[in-house]
Amino acid sequence: MSWMNAPRWATGVAIALLITLPFWVGNPYYINVASQILLFAVFALALNVLVGYGGLVSLGHAGLFAMAGYAGALMLDAGHGHLAADLTAIAVTVLASAVFGVLALRSTGIGFLMITLALGQIVWGIAYRWQSLTNGDNGVNVTTRPAPFGISLASADNFYFATLLVFLVALITMALFVRSPFGASLRGTRDQARRMNALGYNVWLIRLVAFLFSGFWTGVAGLLFIYYNQFISPQVAALQTSAEALLMVISGGTATLLGPIAGAAIVVIMKNVVSAYVERWNLVLGVIFVAIITFMPEGLVPGSVRLWKLAWRAMRGRPAKAAEPSA
Amino acid sequence: MSRKLSRRTFMAGTAAAGAAATTFNFPAPAIAQGAPFKIGLLTVKTGPLAQGGIQMEQGLSVFLKEKNNTLGGRKIELIVADTGGNPAGAKTKAQEVIERDKVNVILGPLAAFELLAITDYVRDNKTPLLSIAAAEDVTQRKANPFVIRPSATSAQCCHVMGDYASKDLKYKRAATISEDFAFGYEQMSGFQRVFEDNGGKVVKKLWPPLVTPDYTPYIAQIKDVDCVFNGFAGSNPVKFMRAYADLGLKAKIPLLSGWTAMDDALLRSVGDEAIGVLSAAWYSADGPTASNKRFVAAMAKEFNVLPGGYSAGMYVAGQCVEAAIQKLGGKSDDRVALAEALHAVSLADTPRGPVKFDKLGNVIGDVFIRKVEKKDGKLVNTIVKRYPSVSQFWTYQEAAFLAQPVYGRDAPPAKNLEQ
Repeated sequence: MSWMNAPRWATGVAIALLITLPFWVGNPYYINVASQILLFAVFALALNVLVGYGGLVSLGHAGLFAMAGYAGALMLDAGHGHLAADLTAIAVTVLASAVFGVLALRSTGIGFLMITLALGQIVWGIAYRWQSLTNGDNGVNVTTRPAPFGISLASADNFYFATLLVFLVALITMALFVRSPFGASLRGTRDQARRMNALGYNVWLIRLVAFLFSGFWTGVAGLLFIYYNQFISPQVAALQTSAEALLMVISGGTATLLGPIAGAAIVVIMKNVVSAYVERWNLVLGVIFVAIITFMPEGLVPGSVRLWKLAWRAMRGRPAKAAEPSA
Repeated sequence: MSRKLSRRTFMAGTAAAGAAATTFNFPAPAIAQGAPFKIGLLTVKTGPLAQGGIQMEQGLSVFLKEKNNTLGGRKIELIVADTGGNPAGAKTKAQEVIERDKVNVILGPLAAFELLAITDYVRDNKTPLLSIAAAEDVTQRKANPFVIRPSATSAQCCHVMGDYASKDLKYKRAATISEDFAFGYEQMSGFQRVFEDNGGKVVKKLWPPLVTPDYTPYIAQIKDVDCVFNGFAGSNPVKFMRAYADLGLKAKIPLLSGWTAMDDALLRSVGDEAIGVLSAAWYSADGPTASNKRFVAAMAKEFNVLPGGYSAGMYVAGQCVEAAIQKLGGKSDDRVALAEALHAVSLADTPRGPVKFDKLGNVIGDVFIRKVEKKDGKLVNTIVKRYPSVSQFWTYQEAAFLAQPVYGRDAPPAKNLEQ
């Protein structure tokens, strides 16, 4: 994996930068933007398990994301504690993932895409129409953020650190998952499903477990989302949320660990920061995606690595002159 | 307010600023001293709600231009943020203007679900907010001291229409039709409550989805009623009215509407099928006040449009901010004091008429019944009746009103439905 092959010092520097971010950024607004990038990165990483490693493109993950959010928010609204609400939300989401998985894994490719899309829309419909439970499009407020071990997450800094911790755990779990024999078999089902079947693997079960794993981390991201926004409404479950997450994965680079993170950063920064300066930020975002697909069809992260290697080789190829590479 | 008053307070403001800068021993120049007063406008410039969002920005820009960008002696810095019309976007943009730009006051956002997503946040950060969004509970069961609404609640005008339809028009049986979401429920329930308390009956309630390609199947269900009350918003009223006329109902059953369904800004998008439609609105471009004449003329000159509620709402919000700054004098940077001063604002001359606020922060103001007419080849909303000083509680007791659940799809329940 690109992340594993990267020099150890680069990983160390990146993590050190992330941990110290609140100290050199200062303004809580930018710290909040960083928190949003990290929480959407968790969402994109979760989706990438299916899209990248399983070859299963889901357009219904906003449904799972919102289900975790609603379950958590409604539990809190009913007066339960944060721990109970969070555990329930995760349990509900994993359970829903199982239902989604069993239904959607009856097919792959376009069929899988359409079934997940339909399931996601059902969640949206329930959130929108089941007034007595979800309060319709007026949404549900989450009045407080949790205070694990007595540390309140109300401030931008503390929330950022908590999100960073969750993000790092998610990233490490993903790395272990991908490198495990199970991860290899999941990639096997993506590349050679019939051969895997012939070898005695239960392709369906492998995909279902991957779906559950993806659903679990989607649920975690959904919880981070409601704690960050302290509000959830049916728009979270809308198709646009699913499509955005998918764009994060595809633009950053599927089947890589860094790709979804880069994709999340691009989308969040365009939506929240660039939109303050450029009125037609949607257009800019579109141009960026088109550029990525045109010049780096494999995604931003693997594409950059490829271009970098090309440039490196071109420099090395020249005699004598390339003695001082700009690295 | 009159020109004279604002000039006098303007002088007081500059004098105070001059006094503060004690090292300068001569009167301060005509430009206010010190840091500007920052206004953050949360609006929608992209997506399906952009039309209303752009009108909001136009209304505010006309107001600031008229005031030479100076309110109560303080230079204004305007920061415009595009929420994209969704709750998460509204939250992030509220954080941007509060935490990064440190605004003194927020105007906006546009949609109810955007406002609901940030009311707790502005309270925690003690930043006053003047919104145009209509969600009832924001100034009722979930009121908070930093949220002020100079436009109207969803039902504020619909109560009036319920009264007018039953008492003045003597209608007995009504059907309602509106989009299937909270703004629609709150409007229709307000109409139904007053209409039925006055002896009328709502016998049919129809809820087409927000995005409905064809209203025919819904309109086809309307029969045997004296009137149809509709609460559509955005560009839906245009589609609905055309279908209503095409199906031949316009000649048979009169159409009544809420303010968004017959907003003045919509008039250029509709044809003769709108003639005769009655609407209840808290703002009318036809309004008689001096500031409204200035406002309508400026909007025509700057943007070549007839202004509707979205623009007027921001103009009035700007006037409220100005009045609060004038009242606070040198203390206008104190956000808590600003919120209190905003609640106490009482204006005699705004484009919508006199404005004051109840203790929950919602406006008490006039509501107009208007009728669409054609004058000189142009459609206009002509005022036929004015209901002065309408509260969000209509004529009901506040405590009793708030003890009921918030207006919803089935709250209060409709007891007279047929079929």
